[in-house]
Amino acid sequence: MLAYLLRRILYAVPILIGVNLLTFALFFVVNTPDDMARMQLGIKRVTPEAIEKWKQQHGYDKPLLLNGASGGAGKITDTIFWQKSASMFVLDFGYSDDGRSIGREIATRMGPSLAIALPTFLIGLVAYISFALLMTLFRATALDIAGVALCVLLMSVSGLFYIIGGQFVVSKLWHLVPISGYDGGIGGLKFVALPIVIGVIGSVGSSSRWYRTIFLEEIGKDYVRTARAKGLSELRVLFRHVLKNAMIPILTGVVVVIPLLFMGSLLTESFFGIPGLGSYTIDAINAQDFSVVRAMVFLGSLLYIVGLILTDISYTMVDPRVRLQ
Amino acid sequence: MSFMPVILWSDALVFLLLAACIAGAWYIRQHGHLLLPWRRVAQSATAMVSLLVLSLFLLVGLLDTLHYRAALPETNGGGKVYSPEVLSVFDKLIEPLRTQTEKTYSAPLALTLYAKESISDARGRVLRDYPRLKFGGAHLADESQRDGDVAQRALIGALGGFTVGVLLLVIISSFPRITSDLAGVSGQPSRMASSFIRPESSQSNIPQSGQTHDEPLRGDFLTRWIPAALTSILSRLRERRQSSLPPHRGKVRMGVPAGMTGNKTRCAVITTTLIISALIGATFNLAAAYHVLGTDKVGQDVLYLSLKSIRTGLIIGTVTTLVTLPLALLLGIAAGYLRGWVDDVIQYIYTVLSSIPSVLLIAAAVLMMQVTIDTHPEWFDTAASRADLRLVFLCLILGVTSWTGLCRLLRGETLKLRELEYIQAAQAFGVSSFRILTRHIVPNVMHIILIALVMDFSALVLAEAVLSYVGVGVDPSTISFGTMINAARLEMGREPMVWWALAAAFCFMLALVLAANLFADAVRDAFDPRLNRTEANA
Repeated sequence: MLAYLLRRILYAVPILIGVNLLTFALFFVVNTPDDMARMQLGIKRVTPEAIEKWKQQHGYDKPLLLNGASGGAGKITDTIFWQKSASMFVLDFGYSDDGRSIGREIATRMGPSLAIALPTFLIGLVAYISFALLMTLFRATALDIAGVALCVLLMSVSGLFYIIGGQFVVSKLWHLVPISGYDGGIGGLKFVALPIVIGVIGSVGSSSRWYRTIFLEEIGKDYVRTARAKGLSELRVLFRHVLKNAMIPILTGVVVVIPLLFMGSLLTESFFGIPGLGSYTIDAINAQDFSVVRAMVFLGSLLYIVGLILTDISYTMVDPRVRLQ
Repeated sequence: MSFMPVILWSDALVFLLLAACIAGAWYIRQHGHLLLPWRRVAQSATAMVSLLVLSLFLLVGLLDTLHYRAALPETNGGGKVYSPEVLSVFDKLIEPLRTQTEKTYSAPLALTLYAKESISDARGRVLRDYPRLKFGGAHLADESQRDGDVAQRALIGALGGFTVGVLLLVIISSFPRITSDLAGVSGQPSRMASSFIRPESSQSNIPQSGQTHDEPLRGDFLTRWIPAALTSILSRLRERRQSSLPPHRGKVRMGVPAGMTGNKTRCAVITTTLIISALIGATFNLAAAYHVLGTDKVGQDVLYLSLKSIRTGLIIGTVTTLVTLPLALLLGIAAGYLRGWVDDVIQYIYTVLSSIPSVLLIAAAVLMMQVTIDTHPEWFDTAASRADLRLVFLCLILGVTSWTGLCRLLRGETLKLRELEYIQAAQAFGVSSFRILTRHIVPNVMHIILIALVMDFSALVLAEAVLSYVGVGVDPSTISFGTMINAARLEMGREPMVWWALAAAFCFMLALVLAANLFADAVRDAFDPRLNRTEANA
């Protein structure tokens, strides 16, 4: 188990290097720092001196990969790649364009992101699986058909409309909760309630349908027939046998997103004014703050890889046949 | 010439796709076994109805793709000068909608602006009132006449649309080849079909084919299909009222008299055609005198914006596949078939790409594209070509970020296929790898590709709206659902609320995406071999 984990972590390193090189190529080779400076400064104020100054301020006034001017280790370390890109491996994300430490921003913004994302995830998981089990129990009846039709309908509505509609009805017409904002502790409950509910409703369609497909696939297998032949009730078959055996495909899709919950949701956070990582990313995109976007790309893929490793570990918990070696 | 045709990049790609689709359809028609799953699609009522809706969207999108620049009136004898504004055939067709802009917001079918303004009346007094619109309902003297006029116009339009719909159906039904192809009831292939298709559908297929084969469809539309459609609707209603218990699916199938499936599909299609054509007729008869869906901040007709958004959505949904497909197909099959270091490299590439959250990767790539476009203004001769190139780049980026899923599927399937006996036999005969791949592997993974492509379409249309909101979508000057929602969202806080642009975007998007989802489901049901087998067992 430990050896397996170690190997998986080692295997993650080349992938992270790949991500790092890709973002480096995207942000520094496709467009040179000069282009970026011109973009940031606007068309009117572009003078060679201004560009130089901007580059110096943001630490972009170095060669990309190899610095011939400095000697020794400085040949490699005194470059944009080393200081801006490779440094992310030790979680040193540098500074954003307004001069704040990105690492500290990430640390403080994770809390609000989790306050929305974690309840949404947990409530959603229970709700979707229950709904899917209900449809499976009443499969091929009018209830099932209506359920699937509802799922397809809900799937076809853009996520933007759930948020806009929810804000309009709940906050503006009924005045139940504030339209946007955030507060820590118990007082924050009124702020996070609506985003959570909308987050859960927003993916009812696709998720429930997906779980239903998994359950239906399991229910056609031989062990289910055996269980029924033993005289078990349909409910018992569903909960004791089908649900347990469906855990592997469910875990494959679910565990991988758990670490990504830290990243928050772009849309929800920016609509509800929640100071999490999602709105941080959106603000950075709108302000064209490339260092923040770069940091978030790296963080995102790091968390994704953690999710993949967690998925493998979770298999051993639900399926005794799976051994990690 | 009074105009100069303009082929933008996205236009060229759309034409390429269209040509590929036509070639594909022609090839499938020649091969009975390829036509078979499509027959199954054609038997599903939801699939045909959603296809009808989709093809309407497609028609609008295609008309909107034929671009031109109109010639300006000649000035001082010099050469022809063309307007810098790039228009499309569709713009020309609905010209009044495009040109009749008001000053600012007005509600659907309104006669006045949405906000009070200072207006001076005939005697020079200044009043605070709602000023009348320049075009919306300008023919009416008094606001009290509006409701009657709207009802009258809607009714006349609906009747006109209905008549056109009936005529259209008569014309189509007088081409028996088309209708019989759709329903899969022409003599020769249907016999083959009935031996292949799962038992329940072939049961309903045989008597029906006999029934329609004897009497050709020519000209019998009015006498047979409209009454048939009406009776079927009535009987369904009656059935629903009588049955109190929800019957098991198998029983429903048995309860339906043989030959009903094809009939039901046809009736559903006919009913939908008539409803839609009446709706279109009413809308356009009203649009001639009113702003049916209101106007936006700068006074543009919301109906015009919604119709123009269709092309953007369709392009995002389809042109992206031009990038996804070659990448996924080539790399997926190569990895699965060749294995070894090729497999390792390709797996590494797609693991890296898929480990980056897609929104962030798209955002990063689009930001970089923006910098490139902004620093090279000399590449573009018109604003339209600039916006268009940005759209094409967006498709490119979406394609590059979304091929990994399909690639993984294809790799897995190829790994499975290459161990099968017929591939090994081909290898033993000394058939080259390239030939094995093109003759044996590619045709056998085609269903995966097709299912993945139709499933991706609706996701891409939805993604466009979200990306435009995030600020990494289409050019702000491109009319799209995303830009419409984005502009309308800013007016949420207004009191009273400006709701119509949001409602219009919502309805159009829902219609497009819902139709695409339903059609994709039908295609998956018809093509997925696994699904068919489990259903036949059940």
